[in-house]
Amino acid sequence: MRHLLSAADLDLDQAVLVLDTAGQMAATQAREIKKLPTLRGRTVVNLFFEDSTRTRISFETAAKRLSADVINFSAKGSSVSKGESLKDTALTLQAMGADAVVIRHQASGAPHTLAHSGWTHGAVVNAGDGMHQHPTQALLDAYTLRRHLVGDGGRADVTGRDLAGAHVAIVGDVLHSRVARSNVQLLRTLGARVTLVAPPTLVPVGVHAWPAEVSYDLDEVLATGPDAVMMLRVQRERMSGAGGGFFPSPLEYTRGYGLDARRLALLPDHAIVLHPGPMNRGLEISADAADSPRAVIVEQVANGVAVRMAVLYLLLAGGDTARGRDDGGAGRAGDGQERTDVRTDETRVHA
Amino acid sequence: MSTGTPASGHGRPAPPTSHEASGTTVLSADDVARALTRIAHEVVERNKGVDDVVLLGIPTRGLPLARRLAQRLEQVEHVPADELVGSLDVTMHRDDLAHQPTRTIGETYVPGDGIDGKVVVLVDDVLYSGRTIRAALDAISDLGRPRAVQLAVLVDRGHRELPIRADYVGKNLPTATAERVRVLLAETDGEDRVLIEGGAR
Repeated sequence: MRHLLSAADLDLDQAVLVLDTAGQMAATQAREIKKLPTLRGRTVVNLFFEDSTRTRISFETAAKRLSADVINFSAKGSSVSKGESLKDTALTLQAMGADAVVIRHQASGAPHTLAHSGWTHGAVVNAGDGMHQHPTQALLDAYTLRRHLVGDGGRADVTGRDLAGAHVAIVGDVLHSRVARSNVQLLRTLGARVTLVAPPTLVPVGVHAWPAEVSYDLDEVLATGPDAVMMLRVQRERMSGAGGGFFPSPLEYTRGYGLDARRLALLPDHAIVLHPGPMNRGLEISADAADSPRAVIVEQVANGVAVRMAVLYLLLAGGDTARGRDDGGAGRAGDGQERTDVRTDETRVHA
Repeated sequence: MSTGTPASGHGRPAPPTSHEASGTTVLSADDVARALTRIAHEVVERNKGVDDVVLLGIPTRGLPLARRLAQRLEQVEHVPADELVGSLDVTMHRDDLAHQPTRTIGETYVPGDGIDGKVVVLVDDVLYSGRTIRAALDAISDLGRPRAVQLAVLVDRGHRELPIRADYVGKNLPTATAERVRVLLAETDGEDRVLIEGGAR
């Protein structure tokens, strides 16, 4: 794994490896001394073109717990507002020796451009791009689901296990949701069944090609007894006006697709409620549901740190030799031999 | 790192091909068993019992060795073996992470109520450069403050790069740096045997 750009980049083995590594990272976070020397001397840049509190803090905490140096860059108050391009920002970061760039951008595909343009040699982690992908969110959701649903409800060791057989309902604004897109792909990779529930206006075109079922009726889906319900935030900022014409009124949306105490009671006993946050209490989720013992929303935040530690570890801890191996031929002879090979490759590229 | 060779950090044992044939057996299954029995008695004698002793095995092959030592201590001192053994993963404390392919992180588990005030006996299969043990000492200091840390290894092959020495050694095995020491254990490899292979490559 060289970059993490999309949940679809991960195959089953890689996804399970990330979740297992996150499990070990989480174990270290229960200790008195939470900081590990693992990424000492590495520099991680949080490049945030779009506002985000929890994702940025989560990545920052993860990098710091692994002893990496962290540079936070937010577009507001930077030269980006003077018109600097992504390319020039990336070249600056490269010159400063960033080993990894965590990027959040309002444009879908910006992380992909950054990773494949040669502007930076560091690993690129997508922390949310437009309406496209948010892979670490999907990983932390999968980690949370695995903790609660697999291995006798989380009492047994879940290392190495996937989510085969689990049924997850993803409810709400699927159209604008990168969380939904990432989750559908990752949950499918891990063997879970996904049902998307949304008003017809908030279902993306081409959804029939996604590996998920689609329903317009939340009560009907809840009656089938899903193992988990993932509520999505109604993204007012991506809709013009209050509802933007996607639904008649907030009240009507709440009636049709909001999770309240009545709907919560329809769920099976073991089912859990997830929400990527920030929540619009009273709109897509009621206070009853958000504060119920089944809601694992606060736990998701804690798991987010462990998952991001795992991702940074897996992307950064291996040396240049490891990256060379990832990019090219596997099974080269010795350690020193490998390093020489990689250098030759690089020289060739620059020549 | 359990093979005791710096260039082989791929986390998985080499395929059992011509290597196996070229290797010279230096410890048989009986030798391994005898060495562990002796080490167990040395641990008891040195610590005057095992009341405060915790055995921390370093994955992969240090852990089964620690379990076997604990079983022998159970026979001698009648302490439940399970309460003696923990596992200490040192991957995240290694100083060579940036020079090697990414390693899978193993499990760290400490038995009972931690290691504060206890005597920790680190258990590994091969002692070579000493860097794994240095990382282990760092990892231990993150877990608590033991009264003392001791080191038990099945094979000491020399070539130390750090001032580290084992308290309990199964066999001292003078080697050349080009040689490779392979420890096979029933739990991970199906048989108990220690081989030396390579040399003139």
